[in-house]
Amino acid sequence: MSQLLEWISAHQQMVFIVILMIFVGIEVIGRVPGVLHTPLMSGANAIHGVVIIGAIIVMGQAASDNIPALVLGFLAVVLGTLNVVGGFVVTDRMLEMFRKKK
Amino acid sequence: MEAHILTIIYLLASVTFITGLKMLSNPATARNGNLIAAAGMGLAIFGTIFLYVGSDGKPLGNYEWIFGGLLIGAVVGTLAAKKVKMTAMPEMVSLFNGMGGACAALISIVEFDHLWHAEGGDPVFMDRMKLLIILLGLIIGSVSFSGSMIAWGKLNGKVKDFAFRGQQSLNNIALLRVAGLATWMVVGLPGDMYWYFHVLLLLALLYGVSFVMPIGGADMPVVISLLNSFTGVAAACGGFLYDNQVMLTGGILVGAAGTLLTILMCKAMNRSLINVLIGSFGGGAAAGAAQSASGGTYKEINVSDAAMVMAYANKVMIVPGYGLAVAQAQHVCHELEKTLEARGVEVKYAIHPVAGRMPGHMNVLLAESDVSYDKLLEMEQANDEFKTTDVVLVLGANDVVNPAAKTDPASPIYGMPILEVEEAKMVIVNKRSMKPGYAGIENQLFFQPRTSMLFGDAKKALQDLLAEVKSI
Repeated sequence: MSQLLEWISAHQQMVFIVILMIFVGIEVIGRVPGVLHTPLMSGANAIHGVVIIGAIIVMGQAASDNIPALVLGFLAVVLGTLNVVGGFVVTDRMLEMFRKKK
Repeated sequence: MEAHILTIIYLLASVTFITGLKMLSNPATARNGNLIAAAGMGLAIFGTIFLYVGSDGKPLGNYEWIFGGLLIGAVVGTLAAKKVKMTAMPEMVSLFNGMGGACAALISIVEFDHLWHAEGGDPVFMDRMKLLIILLGLIIGSVSFSGSMIAWGKLNGKVKDFAFRGQQSLNNIALLRVAGLATWMVVGLPGDMYWYFHVLLLLALLYGVSFVMPIGGADMPVVISLLNSFTGVAAACGGFLYDNQVMLTGGILVGAAGTLLTILMCKAMNRSLINVLIGSFGGGAAAGAAQSASGGTYKEINVSDAAMVMAYANKVMIVPGYGLAVAQAQHVCHELEKTLEARGVEVKYAIHPVAGRMPGHMNVLLAESDVSYDKLLEMEQANDEFKTTDVVLVLGANDVVNPAAKTDPASPIYGMPILEVEEAKMVIVNKRSMKPGYAGIENQLFFQPRTSMLFGDAKKALQDLLAEVKSI
């Protein structure tokens, strides 16, 4: 228990970010019209691809003789990139059709 | 100095994520919003590669591996996203979401390994909070991965609905096991934790499968949206692990927004999230279909009669459904709409919030074939206009026009708001056969006196209709 409290104080800034982001996330999406639900889900899907940053750190810190870490890290980078790039491209394709018709 | 620049980059990236999401919720700015978020992501990725300094003061290495992985992922991801058909986009989103979940789980696996070896294989002095975050990332990421894979399989028809009596309680027990094992590991720090960690991984993966398995295919959008927010939380765990603000903002933002979006989707179906998750919509469907199999008699209409009534109507309302999407008939549909308009018929589209496979799916499809936005009516507007509509053309939609949702409390879709097409003077339903729809329930609408059935593939039927209308 004291470990938990200690951790919260040590990571106070991050705990604040979490709480504020929860409100921002709800606020930002609250007024979305139904027509944009699918592109929005897809866009949000691409944004959580930010997990790629973690994969890059894992990969970059892996010791060059630690084969399992290298392989798993590499796989994580590939999958994370798929999530980011595929996510943004698919969203863009959906939204391309939403542009104003001349 | 580098560390300060990276902080600024992360700050900028976080702002682009928030602005991007905000702009995504307005049709006029949506595309730019997506691009802005993508730019922020690119900035964060390259900033991390070149400027990140670990807690040991060393910059990142293994550049060839990092760039190799980025290149492979980028090429495959772009190709997959460019090649996928519009109708298969929901599956694609699910697949990409699964990749993100797997990525989060892999990070946890590697970090657990580091933590384990840092303690020399004796976990007594292990940092409990760090362990907790690693386990959370592992569990949520794995559930999101295996669940997304099942959802993907269900949407493209590779995985069939599968449910049995007592599955729900079994699932709950499995979830309790996962949570219990994780808690016990964090609190007790058992000496053979290395082994338990992999048991936990396996259990979490299995739970993802058994969690999605009994949920009916029609509810997959809700599940994907939920798993989407799961992956967001898993990404945020990485943020805590590396004290990385941008992972935290991005992850939590998506976690919160995704959860709200999931609830909005459930609301569109007038059901609660719990009801969707444990309602076992698909599982109970077989019983539902059997119970009202003897629906009565229905009328068939041929193409030329259908074309005739539509060509001489004042107002035609088209109700597109998944049948239109699978047949890729949106372009022909737009053709028919233009031809009818040229004859002075007012044509509009009535879009149910969950028509197709995902909320907004139909709008995307119709937008692809240049249908103008002001012709797309949302459910409430459409329901007001059905009374003054002469002909409703239902194209491969079924459950969203099933009056049982209003009249039959025993129906699994009871309470879901529907398009009240039966208010119109005439309803023409295009379907391939009399088989029940995705939810597996009989539709009384087909047996009503004002309803006529036009059997056939949506594209073929529309092409024939178009030819007939042109020749009148």
